[in-house]
Amino acid sequence: MSDAQMPTAAEIAADVRTGATTAIDVVERHLALIASSDTEIHAFHTVAEEAARSAAAGVDEAVAAGRDPGPLAGVPVAIKDNMCTRGIPTTCSSKILENWVPPYDATVVTRLREAGAIVIGKTNLDEFAMGSSTENSAFGPTRNPVDPTRVPGGSSGGSAAAVAAGFAPLSLGSDTGGSIRQPAALCGVVGMKPTYGSVSRYGLVAFASSLDQIGPFSTSVAESALAFDVLAGPDGRDSTSIPQPHQPVLPVLGEGVEGLRIGIINELSGRAGGDIAEGFESEVVAQAEAAADALTAAGAKVDEVSIPSAVAGLSAYYMIAPAEASSNLARYDGVRYGLRHDGPNTASMMAASRTAGFGDEVKRRIMVGTYALSAGYYDAFYGKAQRIRTLMITEFDKVYEDFDLLLSPTSPCVAFPFGAKADPITMYYNDVCTIPSNLTGHPAISVPFGTGEAGLPVGVQILGPMLAEGAIYRAAEVLEQAAAKLAGASANEGGQ
Amino acid sequence: MASREPLTRQDVTDVAELALLNLSDDDLDRYTGQLDAVFDLASKLDQFDVSEVPPTSHPFGLVNVFRADSPPSSVGIDGTDDNVRQEALASGPDVEDNQFKVPPALGESP
Repeated sequence: MSDAQMPTAAEIAADVRTGATTAIDVVERHLALIASSDTEIHAFHTVAEEAARSAAAGVDEAVAAGRDPGPLAGVPVAIKDNMCTRGIPTTCSSKILENWVPPYDATVVTRLREAGAIVIGKTNLDEFAMGSSTENSAFGPTRNPVDPTRVPGGSSGGSAAAVAAGFAPLSLGSDTGGSIRQPAALCGVVGMKPTYGSVSRYGLVAFASSLDQIGPFSTSVAESALAFDVLAGPDGRDSTSIPQPHQPVLPVLGEGVEGLRIGIINELSGRAGGDIAEGFESEVVAQAEAAADALTAAGAKVDEVSIPSAVAGLSAYYMIAPAEASSNLARYDGVRYGLRHDGPNTASMMAASRTAGFGDEVKRRIMVGTYALSAGYYDAFYGKAQRIRTLMITEFDKVYEDFDLLLSPTSPCVAFPFGAKADPITMYYNDVCTIPSNLTGHPAISVPFGTGEAGLPVGVQILGPMLAEGAIYRAAEVLEQAAAKLAGASANEGGQ
Repeated sequence: MASREPLTRQDVTDVAELALLNLSDDDLDRYTGQLDAVFDLASKLDQFDVSEVPPTSHPFGLVNVFRADSPPSSVGIDGTDDNVRQEALASGPDVEDNQFKVPPALGESP
C-alpha cells in the first residue's frame, strides 16, 4: 500500500518508551496514511482522530515524566466495530446500531489502553460478524489491500485490511467460525483465535456466545504474541473467562518445533484420496503441504491424521451459531438503544424496527435459529448439532494424545472477487477449515504461507489443544521464517 | 430427518412472526429456498449416530461462576448513580422522566 515501510508494533513501543520517537508522531503518520488510502480500502467506519491524538499526548506525557506507558506504548490499534469503545460509535455494521455510542469500554480496549496502545479507529465487518467477505456490511464492503477488486474475507475484513494496508500494526477481530483466521489468510497477515475464555469478551457485542472469541491481527507472529500477552487473562466481568492467570507466550518464541508432533488433518486438508477436494484450490492445498514439509525440515515429526467428525463441523455450526444468534439478537427491539421505527403498539414497533434495522444475512440466521430452536425441531436440529459438538471435542482430544499440534489450510480458496459467492451456502463453505476450533473451543492461528491463484496470499492454519498458544506461536514462527526464505528464493530465481 | 419435509412459505411466515420480522411476498419467496438449503446442510449430520452422545452447550463445561456479593458500578462508569443513569438513558430512542418510553403494549395508540 504505502511506499514507506511502516514500523512494527515492537519497534514503535521501543522507540516511544525510550523517547526516540513520540506517540503523537506515530499516530499522525498512521492518520495521514489512512486519510490518503482508506477512501479506496474502506477498512474503517470511524477514524478516531481526536481521541487518538489525545491518548497519544497522554502516552508522551508519561514518558516525559519518567513513567513507563507499557508494552504497547504509542502503538496504534484498530478495533473491529463490534467491540465497545466509550465515546466512539460502535455499529456492528448494522443500521440497527448506526448511531449507538457505548457508555463503556470492552475489557480488551481497557487492557490495550493500559498497555499504552492508541485506539485509532473502528473497522468494518459483516453485519453482526455474520459473513466471510464484509459484503454483508450495511455501510459498504472493505476492499482487499492486496487486490482491491477482491474481498478481504470476513467477518473481520476491516481489521485484516487495516493491518495489511499499514493503517495500524495491530488490530482486533472476533472469531466465531473463522472470522479472524479467514480474513487474515485472504489479506496475507497473521490472525490468532485464542482458546475460548482466554481473552475477555466483556464489551464484545454477542453473536454466538459459546463460540465467540477475540484475537489480534498483525503482520508478524512476534507482534501477535506481544498483543496476545496484553489481551489475555481472567476478567471478573466475563463469567466465561478462564480463572487461571495467563501464561505469557512471548518467552517461548524462538524455541522452534524440534520434537513436536504435528498432524495434517485429512478431512480438512483438501485432499480426498489423492484428488483435490471439491471447493479447494489446488495451490492452497499445495501450500499447506509445503508448510508441512517446512515443519518437518525444522525438526517436527509430521504425520497424516484422520478426524472423521471434522467434516460435520460446518453443518453443526450452521445450527448452533444461528440458534445462539437468534437469542442474542432478540435484544435489538428499539426500546433501550439503536434504531426505532414507530408502530401503533409495542410489538409492531419492535417488528418494524428489526425489519428496517437488520440486513438479509442477519434475518436469515435469526430465522434459521428460531426454527432450529422451536418445539418439534429442537432435538432434530439444535440438539443433534450439540451432540456432534461433543463428538468432535472427543475426537480432537483423542488425537491430541498423539499430536502436539495440527495443520490445515485456513481457507479453501484465496481472496475472491466481489459478488462471486452470492449464494449463502457457497459463502458458508469458506469456513469449513476454521469452524472446528470454534466448536471445540481450541486455539488456532493463520499464518501467511506463499501465494496461490493470481499471486494472492495463502494462509496456513495451526491448531492446538486448549491453552496451547505457546506451541502454536512457536510453529507459526517457524512457518513465517520458512515462507520468507521460500519467497526470497523464488524472487532470486525470477531475477536471474 | 432423511425424510425431512421441505420448508414451506407458511413455515417461514410463522418463524418470522416469532422472530418479530416483517416479510414481503418477495422476501418469503427468497428466504423459503435459502432457509431450506441451510436445513439441507444440517441434514448431513444424519450420517453420524450420536444418540448415545451427550450434548455440549459450552466448550469447557463451565458450571457456575460466582463473584463477591458487592455490586460494582453497573456499566463500568465512574461517577454517581445519576450520571450512570443519564449515560444509559442517552442511548434511548424515546425517554421520558428517566424511563424508556414505548407505544402501548396492549391495544394501540390513538
